[in-house]
Amino acid sequence: MKIYEHMAKEIFARYNIPVPQGEIATSPEEARQAASKLGGPVTLKAQVLVGGRGKAGGIKFADDPEEACQLAEELFALKIKDLPVKTLLVEEKLAIEEELYLGLTIDRSAKKPVLMLSTEGGVDIEEVAAETPDKIISSHLEPGQKFELYQARELISRLDIPSSLLNKLSQLLSNLYRLYQEKDAQIAEINPLALTTEGLCAADAKLVIDEDALFRQKEFKAEGDELPYVELEGTVGCIVNGAGLAMSTMDTLLHLGGEPANFLDIGGGASAEVMARALSKVSGHPGVRSIFINILGGITRCDEVARGILQSIEEVEVPVVVRLRGTNEEEGSKLLRENNLEVEKSMTAATEKAIAAAKEWE
Amino acid sequence: MAIYVNRETRVLVQGITGNQGRFHTELMQNYGTNIVAGVTPGRAGQEVLGVPVYDTVARAVAESGADTSVIFVPAPFARDAVLEALEHLSQVVVVTEGIPVKDTMELAAVAAGRGSRLLGPNTAGVISPGLAKVGIMPGRVFTPGKVGVISRSGTLAYEISLALTEAGYGQSSLVGIGGDRVIGTSFIDVLKEFEEDPETEAIVIIGEIGGQAEEEAAEYIKDMTKPVAGYIAGRTAPEGKRMGHAGAIISGGTGTAESKIKALEGAGAGVARIPTAIPEIIAELI
Repeated sequence: MKIYEHMAKEIFARYNIPVPQGEIATSPEEARQAASKLGGPVTLKAQVLVGGRGKAGGIKFADDPEEACQLAEELFALKIKDLPVKTLLVEEKLAIEEELYLGLTIDRSAKKPVLMLSTEGGVDIEEVAAETPDKIISSHLEPGQKFELYQARELISRLDIPSSLLNKLSQLLSNLYRLYQEKDAQIAEINPLALTTEGLCAADAKLVIDEDALFRQKEFKAEGDELPYVELEGTVGCIVNGAGLAMSTMDTLLHLGGEPANFLDIGGGASAEVMARALSKVSGHPGVRSIFINILGGITRCDEVARGILQSIEEVEVPVVVRLRGTNEEEGSKLLRENNLEVEKSMTAATEKAIAAAKEWE
Repeated sequence: MAIYVNRETRVLVQGITGNQGRFHTELMQNYGTNIVAGVTPGRAGQEVLGVPVYDTVARAVAESGADTSVIFVPAPFARDAVLEALEHLSQVVVVTEGIPVKDTMELAAVAAGRGSRLLGPNTAGVISPGLAKVGIMPGRVFTPGKVGVISRSGTLAYEISLALTEAGYGQSSLVGIGGDRVIGTSFIDVLKEFEEDPETEAIVIIGEIGGQAEEEAAEYIKDMTKPVAGYIAGRTAPEGKRMGHAGAIISGGTGTAESKIKALEGAGAGVARIPTAIPEIIAELI
């Protein structure tokens, strides 16, 4: 779960990580007031949850409140990778002398958190890694163990920085790791970490929280218990049990000349209600020309799935192709056939049928 | 022979009194798995489906001689339950989905430190057809045979096993390694076991987008003597979207299906473009 920059900075500040003074603005007028309150030149930053914001023109600098208001108007009219800009972060403009990089993420292969440090901040760290890997210091941290301040000092001391910065930077790193642990972060990144005449300051803040930890991270709200759903632009709607089988169903569609309209996993042991909801959701996708329901039941019962299909089938206008195998397959197939719905056994044959149905339907 | 579980495996079910635990205990028993004990703290003295329930894993192991635990404990309590299991058992199968990755990293480190096998989390478990199943897979799609199957996904493994069964290729074992970002047992760990298992003649590796596990497995496959077939799910998945599984996400251009298919093919594995084509590839390899 990605966290907006302004919220991330609020959390960083709680962990004694210095951040610029800033205010939130949801209108050009609020941006004017924020700039006037902060005094002096300001930075206006669009609050969107995608990367590449700077390149897309989502960051602007204003010398006075009037200019802040004008530039805010431009920013609110902007769409960054299709996302509208609804909120701005208005901050004091920093007098940056050097830009550093500090980031924590997960190394899936090593099964450990990994820390990355660099004196080449302000640019994409992947580019630095590709072009000048010797400019990055990276180190694994031990899961379940404390990260001591001396360990932070040892890492920081490997950076090419003046010794006078060592203690402050080590403490900042230690604070960032504590935040990373306590907030169940997947990514906690400061890029750039600005060095100004007044000291260190997190000019940007990236924070991604582990969605699986939301049960104990009450500060962050889950977006409801929606089914795992990803919308695409194809014509064959997909409803499948299990994430792997769902991805594979989409691939099979593509392989056989069709185009998947979505990813949807009804999960294991889905009830009739979940199936009914899934069918309504996919039939509401405007691009859908046919719907392919692909079920191989283990803990999912085919009769339960069939009942769910029958609950929602009335509202579906496009052809529906159903493949049922596995637990209670006979009962489920019988229910559907009694209601004049055909049932397929083979995944490949059913995929072909769904593609043909989409092509015929107009 | 099969790997990891067989007729002799003595299984403990943690979370046996919950809905999932009870439901799957019965299915495992029906399959012939030797379920010797259950644990639910605060429920000692009860019986579930004829299986005695204990308060602690320590007591359950002492009384029953269990050697493997399968865990159905909900995610908020799973870390504690798995730590308890790892204290007393050398093989732990974690079916629970949704465990925070911080907890899993710690559990993987503890298991590695003890030299214990941690399967999962978010795994369908492991089955040695005709002998035992420890997990949630539907027994009837499997049949005893000589193909070893390893998969991140549960249902996709059932689909491919069903295709193998229908084409006349039985399975020695199916090992689900789990769909999370961080997992205890890797493809390589299981490949090593199958390579050494005299009953296994060919191996099917079922991967999906996200991470580098398939690329790492490909490096190992280069030096294997047994033939390997593969399938990778997620060719149509867009970048940056979590496709159901916590681990199934392409980020920063890494973890794509293309990269994994290329790596496996480069290692000499036959890679199917659709799951039902796996039996044809096995036919060519054996």
